[in-house]
Amino acid sequence: MAEVRPLIRDELLPPRRLERRHLISIADLTREDVERLLSLARAFARSLEREVKKLPALKGRTVVNLFYESSTRTSSSFELAAKRLSADVMSIKSSGSAVDKGESLKDTAITIGAYDPDIVVIRHPHIGSPHVVARATKAHVVNAGDGTHQHPTQALLDLYTIDEELGGIEGLHVAIVGDVLHSRVARSNIQALVLMGARVTVVGPPPLIPRGIAALGCETSYSIDTIRDADVVYVLRMQRERMLEGANYVPSLREYTARWGVTPARLRPGQRVMHPGPMNRGVEIDPAVADAADALIERQVRSGLVVRMAVLYDLLTHGPVEVKVAEIEEVA
Amino acid sequence: MLFGGNGRKDDLVLDGIRVVDPTQGIDEVLTITVEQGVITRLEPGSSPANGKVVAPAFVDPHVHLRTPGREDEEDIGSGTRAAAAGGYCAILAMPNTDPVVDSAAILGALVERAEVEAEVPVGFLAAISKGQEGGELTEMVELAERGAAGFTDDGRPVASPGLLLRALQYHEVAGRRIAVHCEEPGLSRAGQMHEGVVSAELGFGGYPSVAESVMVGRDLALAAYEEQPIHLLHLSARESVDELRRARGADVHATGEVTPHHLCLTDEAIRTLDPNLKMNPPLRAEEHRQALIEGLKDGTIAAIATDHAPHAAHEKDVPFEEAPFGVTGLETAFAVVYTRLVQPGVVPLETVLERMSAGPARIYGLEPPRIAVGAPANLVVLDLETTWCVAREEFRSRSANSWLLGATLKGRVVQTVADGKVVFGA
Repeated sequence: MAEVRPLIRDELLPPRRLERRHLISIADLTREDVERLLSLARAFARSLEREVKKLPALKGRTVVNLFYESSTRTSSSFELAAKRLSADVMSIKSSGSAVDKGESLKDTAITIGAYDPDIVVIRHPHIGSPHVVARATKAHVVNAGDGTHQHPTQALLDLYTIDEELGGIEGLHVAIVGDVLHSRVARSNIQALVLMGARVTVVGPPPLIPRGIAALGCETSYSIDTIRDADVVYVLRMQRERMLEGANYVPSLREYTARWGVTPARLRPGQRVMHPGPMNRGVEIDPAVADAADALIERQVRSGLVVRMAVLYDLLTHGPVEVKVAEIEEVA
Repeated sequence: MLFGGNGRKDDLVLDGIRVVDPTQGIDEVLTITVEQGVITRLEPGSSPANGKVVAPAFVDPHVHLRTPGREDEEDIGSGTRAAAAGGYCAILAMPNTDPVVDSAAILGALVERAEVEAEVPVGFLAAISKGQEGGELTEMVELAERGAAGFTDDGRPVASPGLLLRALQYHEVAGRRIAVHCEEPGLSRAGQMHEGVVSAELGFGGYPSVAESVMVGRDLALAAYEEQPIHLLHLSARESVDELRRARGADVHATGEVTPHHLCLTDEAIRTLDPNLKMNPPLRAEEHRQALIEGLKDGTIAAIATDHAPHAAHEKDVPFEEAPFGVTGLETAFAVVYTRLVQPGVVPLETVLERMSAGPARIYGLEPPRIAVGAPANLVVLDLETTWCVAREEFRSRSANSWLLGATLKGRVVQTVADGKVVFGA
């Protein structure tokens, strides 16, 4: 897991190691970290099958959700995950808070830090915002999406979903289709899938496939036909709100859908389809694909809860997995 | 063209010290005597071998003094004290202030303040266009008469080729260098960092090197057509260096400058998302850095310029994506270039000393500092053995947005003499 390097950095000295761990980018994780988190998530999934779903694992701990962007899935699942673990949860949204009055992120973080939260979960429209919170508070920071940079818990829940549904990740071929340029989900997923030994191909119109992306270990293709080879087709949302006016990333949505929309005709039987949501039905994904029985889209949302429980728990405990899992089962 | 920093003229003797002056072809142990601010004697001396070197003091052709308008970030006094600590005997300030330096009245007020507040002589560039808005030409001749050291819309490109053509035509009459910030806005867009592997990984919309080099190409073509000189500010891209080298080979009167950070860092550093690494033009990939070093060594790039750009702490301590562009550099320029480029043997000391002093002076038609009998004393004493740590509290600049905070550097300015006055050190 990541240690945010201090703002003041000396290239001539090794970076100072901070004790606090954060989850800011998939790039900071090792394969062992991911395996530990997935196995923890599986343990939590079993515990949720019981009648009483609440575990006392994080009793007395405080989790603050700080959301500067609208979110349904991520904010609700972090909140429920913390509650299932008996933590005290406080959710702050930018509208209706001091942010409306022009307070800076740093000042808001200092204010929240005064309550000594154990974890701050932050969703923010700008790259680098979790780093500001990590510098301004003593909390562990979880990045719930920072601009177009990273959304690590989304990638972890996607790994979990694939692992559960396809019985493993290593050796699978995953095609990630659409607006890769503006997608933090794509970036986190490419890194996570490559880390776990999957083959990844990103597919889309040239302006939306960032120059240099292949350095992450993926292949690139501008032809939608490529997705036929994949075991999993991961469809990205067209992020129209992030596109600058006049940038001409796509000449029109009609053109995009005609060339790169994921339709039943472009898939072969047995392929599993994923989408991080929210979907633009009829744009990047045909409604028939979204609603098909073997689509994993709803399954992704379910995975979100246990994976986020695992992340919160792991950040505050990070002991050897087996021992901790045993403890959970006992208290449950 | 330079204002302030006058007054006292000191007497001093630098006894038995290694003197390096590339303009005079000197590298020997001498005793320098300065009387009434003028070098009066250069005599053979014996070196105590203490790692100290005296050289012509530095000239920084690219400083943002934030005055008028943002004196909370820097003013003429603090900026020139920072310059003195960095070994500079003259600096040139950019006109992208609030208000913009685009009239003789605003320039005149600055000159008056400089006469009182400046610790080392300072020159002021004026804007090419009114308000730096790229529309109407400023009254360049009047500004030159009032003492403008040159003309630039730095911070922004001159987007209209027609406007730059007119400015070059007026150079014939105004006689002060036109300096251009080369950035094609249609290509840089809202770019936060160099477009490449690192921007792809971090998710930034890229600011490609071609956004700079197409503008370099255009501006050099205009200068060639008008047969007027042009200076290219803070080059960052390999293609730009290639264009400049080709134009100079074709006898275009063109010069270029490079910053210490573009010489020492690449876009890999942005992985830390430290807002003190955000600048325009952005840090680029290693091949670009190598090309800049090559250009500096072969003389294609005539000057090392700090592009010292102070920012208030609260404006920089924000997410990288929200942070303003710019880093400070006056007080660390020599030490970081010495540590990262001279010590490892990448660039000779003489080259660095020339590109930090006579090189930039010549671009703007200033008298190059030199160590010769009869010359005004513009001297910097460097201790090449000292190791020091860059600390926020020690900055004389009013801002501390340095990418080197906490860094350990070798080589330090221990004394600066500017126009005959000891302005830094004992």
